[in-house]
Amino acid sequence: MADSAVHSTPVPTGPALPMIGKSDTKPTWCPGCGDFSVVAAIESAVKRLAIPVHNVVIVSGIGCSSNLPHFLSSYGYHGIHGRSLPVAEGIRWANHGLTVIGTGGDGDGFGIGAGHFVHAMRRNVDLTYVTMDNQIYGLTTGQASPTSTMGQKTKSTPTGVIEHPIEPVSLALASGATYIARGFSGDVKHLTDLIVGGIQHHGFSFVDVFSPCVTYNKINTFDFFRQRVYKLESAGHDPSDIVAAWQRSLEWGDKIPIGLFYRTERPTYEDLEEVLSAGPLVHQSAGLKGHENVLDEFV
Amino acid sequence: MTDLAVRAGGQAGDGIASIGETISRCFSRMGWHVFGLNAYQSVIRGGHVWYQARTSDVRPYSQGDGADILYALDKQTVAVHAASLRRGGTIVYDPEKFAVPESDLPAGVRALGVPTLEFARKYTSQSILQNAAGMGASAALAGIPLDLLHEVLRDSFGKKAGEIVDWNLGASTSGYEFALSHGGVNDHAVSKGGAPKLLMTGNSAIALGAAAAGLKFLAQYPMTPASTVMHWLAAHSQSLGIVVKQAEDELAAIHMAIGASYGGVRAMTATSGGGFSLMVEALGMAGMTETPVVVVESQRSGPSTGLPTKTEQGDLNLMLGAGQGEFPRAILAPSHPAEAYRATIKAFQLAEEWQTPILLASDLHLSENTMSVDREEIPTDIVVPSLFTVESNGHEYKRYQYTESGVSPRAIPGQPGLQFVAGSDEHDEKGHLVSDIKSGLPIWVTERVHMMDKRMRKLQGIVAAADPPAWEGPADADLTFVAWGSTIGAIRDAMVMLTAQGKKTNLLHFPTVYPLDADRVRAEFAKAHQTLLIEANYSGQFGHLVRAETGVHLSERLLKYDGEPFYPHEIVARALEVIPHGG
Repeated sequence: MADSAVHSTPVPTGPALPMIGKSDTKPTWCPGCGDFSVVAAIESAVKRLAIPVHNVVIVSGIGCSSNLPHFLSSYGYHGIHGRSLPVAEGIRWANHGLTVIGTGGDGDGFGIGAGHFVHAMRRNVDLTYVTMDNQIYGLTTGQASPTSTMGQKTKSTPTGVIEHPIEPVSLALASGATYIARGFSGDVKHLTDLIVGGIQHHGFSFVDVFSPCVTYNKINTFDFFRQRVYKLESAGHDPSDIVAAWQRSLEWGDKIPIGLFYRTERPTYEDLEEVLSAGPLVHQSAGLKGHENVLDEFV
Repeated sequence: MTDLAVRAGGQAGDGIASIGETISRCFSRMGWHVFGLNAYQSVIRGGHVWYQARTSDVRPYSQGDGADILYALDKQTVAVHAASLRRGGTIVYDPEKFAVPESDLPAGVRALGVPTLEFARKYTSQSILQNAAGMGASAALAGIPLDLLHEVLRDSFGKKAGEIVDWNLGASTSGYEFALSHGGVNDHAVSKGGAPKLLMTGNSAIALGAAAAGLKFLAQYPMTPASTVMHWLAAHSQSLGIVVKQAEDELAAIHMAIGASYGGVRAMTATSGGGFSLMVEALGMAGMTETPVVVVESQRSGPSTGLPTKTEQGDLNLMLGAGQGEFPRAILAPSHPAEAYRATIKAFQLAEEWQTPILLASDLHLSENTMSVDREEIPTDIVVPSLFTVESNGHEYKRYQYTESGVSPRAIPGQPGLQFVAGSDEHDEKGHLVSDIKSGLPIWVTERVHMMDKRMRKLQGIVAAADPPAWEGPADADLTFVAWGSTIGAIRDAMVMLTAQGKKTNLLHFPTVYPLDADRVRAEFAKAHQTLLIEANYSGQFGHLVRAETGVHLSERLLKYDGEPFYPHEIVARALEVIPHGG
């Protein structure tokens, strides 16, 4: 992507370090699932940035898309439903030398995990959160999700959804994320660029991905998005303009924007946490040796 | 044996706790043992609160049964507490505020009207200074030297020097001298003891113990009575190099702790029953992913919001059963800050060695009350081993390798060649899921059984490594008390009283509430002639556990669920009912 929206790719130097690749576990997603593109994009992005595989941790919750960590050769934590972000934050704070990538779905991130999503963004923890947003619950066989369209009929809403959907990009803007993008599984190259930019960004990077469910969502299909998406980079959008980003985030209908909505610089949580200024916690000394005088305050 | 209790009562916001803490600290600096009880309500201002500093030359393990000096800041305090005063006791009050009629006084108790407001007005119009005068009078009656009171007051103001400190010293001197010239000291007044002791709440001992064990990360959400664990660690975060994170909720708190632990540092969270209820699912995740984590569960009266500032041991069933399915865990239950310090270190060691969640059960009574400990009881030279225990040898790494002990080699993210995925789904030795396309296929059905067996085998190791049931008192006793956690304190005090009455009792208590070694526990119970189970809950939850694990039925019980701590006299009374006659 030859525009200002995404950082340029660094050139790897020094002896070759082991790079990320596919693991020996094959994805179990339905043939044609949008998530195949996302795992490919994450793999390409990490490779392009030449981050050694042992310094990458992919953290997920529960849902079809949350199986993703098993399909790559990095470290991974596949936790429970909705809680990927606090686990990812804990990992970052234990070792902020690691590249931490959160992955999951719309139910995981915007439903059961919505509270964590908002707080991780306001903290500006330096991690990249990629959501595979298919606007449906897939693994539980097709119930409405927080991003399902009004009126959409699902197993849990046979007469149609009667709740307004969450708009993840708007929510991220309101919550203080410092890199906010939206990709589409139908354009892996563009998505890879967005994820590269997200990993390079110093702060909380959110990449929401239209990743269609080919089994349970007959409305928001690949064709649905192919007919509607346009790239912000080609539309003269200025990602430093939060008002413009807000307006673009509300566009839905015949034209739906993808690309980088917003990017800004703000100190990260790790920058502001004094204890971490002495280096990653995992390499710091522990225990009361040298601190014996702490007992004096109890006298 | 000298036993003296100074009690101060008034409304929340009156500064009652400061008075009590100051008196407590005077005693501990004189080398006396202390039990400081802070009784308060879930209001910030108003209501009735009281604090009692009990001191003795032998360690008091509870608040005891009565008081000798009562400093009443309001009339309600006299109404509530006068009956608790022992013969020879004194009520300190200000006649300018209210009267204490002779008819309201129990036999042998006198009322000492001290013009505290008048003393305060010499310095300021702020009535809060009356406390210093009342405290001075109470300290005089208790036998505390005036210069020691001044030293403690000065220290409590810290660097905030200036006229406010001088006013406090002056007003306390006025009160002190007034009391001495109007009747003199209490019969039980203390005199100089030994080396100064440390004063700790259960929570400060837990926080300190965690730091000693190598804690680097605490995530917590505020909840009484666990919040002060976070307060202490937050205040020492920078000096001790511990990241303290107030999370958005308890769900986040425990997940952050588990994430940090997976990331390679020792991590903990602390909460009460309500927050722990939210942590339940994550506890199982830690068990399944074999990630060490220490969870402090400081109980308060339930169910639901219950009595937020009152104590209970009602969450044992919850702790035993928290989480779907089965995974190894341990529940440690200290009864005193000195024990809480060691138990917290033990919790970290067990969590790390057995790669599973360890619960530290406290309750409001232990967490928030202040007790004296000797410096030797708080060893700081705890060995903190490196968590980097495996290295890539070029061969395939199996994070969940089957072993005899059930413990598998744990890699830390960032280590080359050891990448694995920790999964909350059932998995094989390499961490690969066996929960989707493999589930139900014969070879993976077997694999599931192997992996469950591997994890659950750790319980045998935990039983062997954890502290066994402990006896106190004479081997041959007519009655054996059975207890766990903070309740043990009042039992220890009751045993002293029973001994004085010629009754031989002993105590069988459980520093490790779970897991229990059934054979060993049965053997211990076989040594008892008659048992009395004492728990601060409605149904005798530990009694149920003992029966389920060992078949031993502890039929005689003393259960309490009014939110108040056990008083030694309640235990003595019940013991006398149960002790076989002629025994």
